[in-house]
Amino acid sequence: MSTPTLTAATRAVTDPPAPAGTRRLFAAGAPDLAHHAATFGPLPHPDSAALVDEVQAAGLAGRGGAAFPAWRKIASAQKRAGTRDRVVVIGNGAEGEPMSAKDATLLQRAPHLVIDGLLLAGAAVGATELYLYTGAAALASVRAATLERSDARGIVLREAPDSFISGEASAVIHSIEKGRAIPRDHVVRLTTSGLRGRPTLLHNVETLAHLALVARYGADWFRSVGSREEPGTRLFTVRAPDGLRVIEAAGGVSIAEAVSLAGVDPRGFSAVLVGGYHGGWVRSEHLGRPLTREALQEFGAAPGAGILMGLPVGSCGLTAAAQIARYLASQSARQCGPCVNGLPELASVLTRLASGRRDPGLPAEVRRLAGIVTGRGSCHHPDGTARFVLSTLTAFADDVEAHLAGHCLGGAA
Amino acid sequence: MSGQTRLTTGARAAATHTLHIDWTACDGRGLCTELLAGLLDRDEWGYPRALGYGSDVPVSAAEEEAAWDAVALCPRQALSLRAAPRG
Ligand code: SF4
Ligand code: SF4
Repeated sequence: MSTPTLTAATRAVTDPPAPAGTRRLFAAGAPDLAHHAATFGPLPHPDSAALVDEVQAAGLAGRGGAAFPAWRKIASAQKRAGTRDRVVVIGNGAEGEPMSAKDATLLQRAPHLVIDGLLLAGAAVGATELYLYTGAAALASVRAATLERSDARGIVLREAPDSFISGEASAVIHSIEKGRAIPRDHVVRLTTSGLRGRPTLLHNVETLAHLALVARYGADWFRSVGSREEPGTRLFTVRAPDGLRVIEAAGGVSIAEAVSLAGVDPRGFSAVLVGGYHGGWVRSEHLGRPLTREALQEFGAAPGAGILMGLPVGSCGLTAAAQIARYLASQSARQCGPCVNGLPELASVLTRLASGRRDPGLPAEVRRLAGIVTGRGSCHHPDGTARFVLSTLTAFADDVEAHLAGHCLGGAA
Repeated sequence: MSGQTRLTTGARAAATHTLHIDWTACDGRGLCTELLAGLLDRDEWGYPRALGYGSDVPVSAAEEEAAWDAVALCPRQALSLRAAPRG
């Protein structure tokens, strides 16, 4: 049942108005509590069931990459509330992707919104332990924020190491338990058995920040920006010549629009890697596609964690991809045979192709190795790496042909 | 979420059980591939592989006994067998 009373019940007439437009997460303009309170008003205390209904009506999806419906995780953790094992809630801001900066930026510019979301999620599932896990720089800003308010003293802060897979769900649990951020074999959901065997609710920090807004302003407000498939706003990290830029934009904007909003000219790109190093390449003729799962599916891409990395016109896509594949191979946690052995080999075959080795069997060998590693690890790393490499062969098919014929289409390469 | 890519949809219809491989434990010496020769192959590095499947391999009633043996004899306790969901 829908609960139109949620916002009426939790908001007072004296509270500041809901943010208008697409500037939501960054609406406070400064990271301190005074700006936060002046912009968003006090932390609401909604009824747990009503909050889940509202999050469901809002259509809020996880912003860590997998886009799992946020309400479903909360609801399944709620079912465990009140049992002997109290639920644990973890805010995940690890962001191991080198091309992603949105979680760290959010934690530095709006830490109180994330803290609000963590407290709300904790209250909704009757949690007694709350954790926030992120890299060193962002952790410092969260620590400063928790000291500004009395309700956040119980949040345990844990530093995420700087590695690609540090944010993988089981790696997060492993890191908090044992200080080793490497994935573990798992056959049950975290909401059944996670940290020290207790039911665990793990949300990306951006998801938590949106949760804090939905709890205040409701589902209709949330959906008033964005598209049907991608309601609300979302954060994107766009690679610019001088580094990474983070923007907040309406869900479902096109790739070209998102890149432009970051002040970067999309016409300077021959392709954009969407979704990060586990994502897929979208060629320049398709940059008008909306950033939705449906529209990007054929490229093996998805909005994921909102990473947009342009390939400048004149650069060789195969060379760039081979470099990324080598990086990904180096980031294997070295636990699973097919990943430990297969990823370096996959990267080396792609590198041979990129460096102009005229062996017509190379593309087939890349495909074969991608097939062998897929699904055969304790985490998604081999699957994501295989997907990325296959997308490279598809998007840069003409470059592959040129390399095998002894030349390169990348003029600048 | 933490779920793995399940490549185990379709095919092998008469599966009664699912054999799960814990890759973090498996050392790839291939004892299981001898016990379950019809089910598991070895990849070029020696690790068990069932064509078209990832970490969860469907096991038919006829293969169940051999699968239990593999679970018991795997030197790394990397294998586990559970009833396949009905339906
Ligand atoms: S699949 Fe690779 S990255 Fe993932 S746990 Fe295994 S070895 Fe580590
Ligand atoms: S017997 Fe166990 S350790 Fe050996 S290859 Fe099979 S699963 Fe791996």
